[in-house]
Amino acid sequence: MRERKMIQDEEGPSLFPGMEELGIGSIRRMEERKADEFEEDARFERALLDYDDDSYDDDSDYDGDYDEDYEEPESVSRKGKVLDRESERLIDGRELTAEDLKNLRPVGRGPYLFISCTFILLFLLLIGQVVYFNLYQKDAILDSPYNRRQNSLSDSIIRGRILSEDGEALAYTYSGDDGYEERVYPYANMYAHTVGYASHGKNGIESVANYQLMTSHTNLIDQIANDFSGKKNQGDDVVTTLNTRMTQYAWDALGDYRGAVIVMDPKTGAILAMVAKPNFDPNTLAETWEEMVSDSSNSQLLNRATQGLYPPGSTFKIVTTLAYMRSKHNLDTFRYDCTGIFEIGNTTVHCYKDAVHGEEDFKYAFAHSCNTAFAQIGLDTGAKALGDTAEKLLIGKELPSDLYASKSRYSLTEQSGEAELVQTAFGQGKTLVTPYQMALIVAAIANDGVLMKPYLIDHAVTPTGKILNQTKPSKYTTLMTKSETQVLKQLMKAVVDDGSASALSGRSYEVAGKTGSAEFTKSDGTVGTHSWFVGYTGGENPDLVISVLAENGGAGSSTAVPIAERILDSWYSEW
Amino acid sequence: MNIIIQLTKYLFIFLILLFTVRGLICLALKNEKRKKKILFGQFRVIFIFEILGFAIILYNTKNMMMAMLLAAILIYDAVTYVSYRLIYPDASMLLVNNMLMLLGIGFVMIARLNPDQAIKQFMIAAAATVIAFIIPVIIRRFRFFSRLTWIYAVIGIAALCGVLVLARMSGGAKLSISVGGITIQFSELVKITLVFFMGSKLAKDRSFQSVAITTVVAALHVLILVLSTDLGTALVFFVTYIVMVFVATRNPVWPLAGLAGGSVAAVAAYHLFSHVKQRVVAWKDPFAVYDTSGYQIAQGLFAIGAGGWFGTGLFQGKPKTIPVATKDFIYAAICEEFGCIFGIALLLICMCMYLLIVNISMLIRNRFYRLVAIGLGTEYAFQVFLTVGGVTKLIPMTGITLPLVSYGGSSVMSTIIMLAIIQGLYLRREDEGEEFIETLIEEENRTGNEERDRRRRPEYYA
Repeated sequence: MRERKMIQDEEGPSLFPGMEELGIGSIRRMEERKADEFEEDARFERALLDYDDDSYDDDSDYDGDYDEDYEEPESVSRKGKVLDRESERLIDGRELTAEDLKNLRPVGRGPYLFISCTFILLFLLLIGQVVYFNLYQKDAILDSPYNRRQNSLSDSIIRGRILSEDGEALAYTYSGDDGYEERVYPYANMYAHTVGYASHGKNGIESVANYQLMTSHTNLIDQIANDFSGKKNQGDDVVTTLNTRMTQYAWDALGDYRGAVIVMDPKTGAILAMVAKPNFDPNTLAETWEEMVSDSSNSQLLNRATQGLYPPGSTFKIVTTLAYMRSKHNLDTFRYDCTGIFEIGNTTVHCYKDAVHGEEDFKYAFAHSCNTAFAQIGLDTGAKALGDTAEKLLIGKELPSDLYASKSRYSLTEQSGEAELVQTAFGQGKTLVTPYQMALIVAAIANDGVLMKPYLIDHAVTPTGKILNQTKPSKYTTLMTKSETQVLKQLMKAVVDDGSASALSGRSYEVAGKTGSAEFTKSDGTVGTHSWFVGYTGGENPDLVISVLAENGGAGSSTAVPIAERILDSWYSEW
Repeated sequence: MNIIIQLTKYLFIFLILLFTVRGLICLALKNEKRKKKILFGQFRVIFIFEILGFAIILYNTKNMMMAMLLAAILIYDAVTYVSYRLIYPDASMLLVNNMLMLLGIGFVMIARLNPDQAIKQFMIAAAATVIAFIIPVIIRRFRFFSRLTWIYAVIGIAALCGVLVLARMSGGAKLSISVGGITIQFSELVKITLVFFMGSKLAKDRSFQSVAITTVVAALHVLILVLSTDLGTALVFFVTYIVMVFVATRNPVWPLAGLAGGSVAAVAAYHLFSHVKQRVVAWKDPFAVYDTSGYQIAQGLFAIGAGGWFGTGLFQGKPKTIPVATKDFIYAAICEEFGCIFGIALLLICMCMYLLIVNISMLIRNRFYRLVAIGLGTEYAFQVFLTVGGVTKLIPMTGITLPLVSYGGSSVMSTIIMLAIIQGLYLRREDEGEEFIETLIEEENRTGNEERDRRRRPEYYA
């Protein structure tokens, strides 16, 4: 026994410290100390045996002291007998063995081992959580737009670049040898609202991807080396879905009009172009900021694509048509005789430019955007069904968007009255939508009713070329059924084939869409018209969704359609 | 200078790893001589860590009070270490070292965030340590602690009721009471009384009836705490109760029944109390309720994330943006500036501390004291789990401090006293051998020689 003890010491710490310390060790120590005493005087040993036997289950004179009854009474008495025999042998001059002493001092190890293992597990769980957080959750958490902390990182990290889908730098940081740094936007105004800016509170992708841009995935050794040499680490680059060609076309086509153009891929949700005018040059923000903030007439800082609220005009007829179908009406049997005027109460509704469409079916009314027919359709549908459908199409709801997007406004209720109902039905009334809202509705139609989650940021690239945080196209929600989209697709096709957007017919690419001429009251009291076109290309195999709005551009067919035409012509001619 | 600060960042990590590894080795080591050497090495690490930390604080704040504080802390460390060595040569120095290290980390972090609080924290810790020195003597001298069963229960419940009344009056905001400028958090005191109550009750009698009475009293404690919105302490008590009953009865049915009951109670609490629900909602998605209850957790996560593995370096991060950074969220502040490797080492120190307490508990033969030791150890470990788990979003935030590290007079005071009690029990164990023999002699005299003779030579009596 002694020898074993000494070997133990020479071996140093045992391989499994927990085990050693949690029980076996304690017995050994006891055994060592006690053995000396026993050798000196066997009387104690005998007394011990007496004590062992007598004190069991004797709680009557408990005084908070010795506790030998760890074991169940039966097993204890059995052990008592064993020890009895042992004691006889002791008297015969035999030394106590470790086994005897173990029996003498039963240590209730079971619960202790169980409890301490449980708590060790809890500690490991905590450590695991810290590790897991650092490996997998950290980037997503830090990317949160609420996180204002990364601004302090600029002392140690060079902000990464923002790249277009086709690899052009949309924003980069110039850093001189003397530590001078400047954020440069090579395309100046063109990406003002999408790429945004990194000063003055941050906006656009500069804000959304801020943390990624300010995070360096340079390898650890380099980071430590840079720490010491005082050099900054290069932040990750962010690759967007924006295409420079498409953006250029949209920019050129919109020309001097105020308004917005959005082009996106309905099958993935990737946004290829988003242009809003008027805008600003993020390179010179420091000089122009004060002026822009105080200037309310231009609102250059407003991204009209996602934040501009406009009456939808006839583009809303898509919504009304869907509501009409959903309220169990048959489109095929619909007939209406347009006299150019529709009277309800003391409100009179006219077709745009007082056109008279005559006898027409649903397709014709949709293709030629007959307001009076849709006034009747609205009445047949009712406010309840119209409101339900609008809500289903996310009108008035939070829209999925990387950038800040305004909620559309829809206020028609069943109490609003028939005059407002018919006006809402053909897109006037009090409804206000963003070009982005209409783009999403059309994207869902093109994609068999499924709205893909729109996104602007495709992935990040580390300085060593590793791709991080790749966005996987994901379904956001289903807005309508496939059979509903087929009806809408046919109607939108008719708009291009022989309706208000016939300028787009006969191309190498197939287009379907809907025009809108949304009347509004200008600040001087006269009536102006916003020009709308929303549509998609590719027919059954949808390729692009386009949403165009030109403020005060007149009829949809006269301004928005040509803008769409120029963009799509340029895009497809280069294939 | 930047280079030096960057260097210290790695130095801090090196130091704590050195300390942690030494602590874990000590836990496993039997050889007293080698142990002594390692323990002194550990003590030196504490010294270097504090000097380094305060040097950076001094450089950044230019606050001369911090130089004085550093001097005071170093003297305190040295005096504590040497006194234990001299007065209680058999004391567990690993326990002392761990305590000083955790306090040291706390001092540095609190001084970086709020120098005034650091001074206050130090004074309370020093006072508590002085009081703590007498505790082993008291435990050695007096034997009546195991008999005060109901006194502990009455003190505990009365103190908690006081807290409840306060909480009700202040709308759940105030869980402490101010007496002459000193704020006392009663739940910290009750941590000790409850363990003493359960220990004495269960040591005396492990029958079903006794366990049932213990359950009722413990449940009363927990209920009052839940009502006064102190969820963290309520949970700590609940888990301690389960562990103590399990260890005392050795019957796995008890903890299982306790867990089942606790789960039911937790679900009920979730539906009954809005403040419970709020915490769970903030835990699920802190960003959804960012403006209200999620703000704190979000800031904590931002801090831990910003720190990464190596930390930003002392004074290079923004831990001041975390609400109550010196108290409930100090772990996030530490992870931000010292890094997550440091944070993990800190958890290992806490684990080492816990294992040490379990060890000590297993060496004690007196059933009452053994239960007290395991109870106090459980309270300590589970409190660490709750606060760090809450900050790292492993579990809902319960609003509880990290023992010894977080700022908070009552918390530091009670933890130091708890450790002193454990130290006292460890020292008392050294006497147990002697006492045991005394009792045996007494026992022998009582049963008489005849009885012993009968045993030795049964053939004479057959």
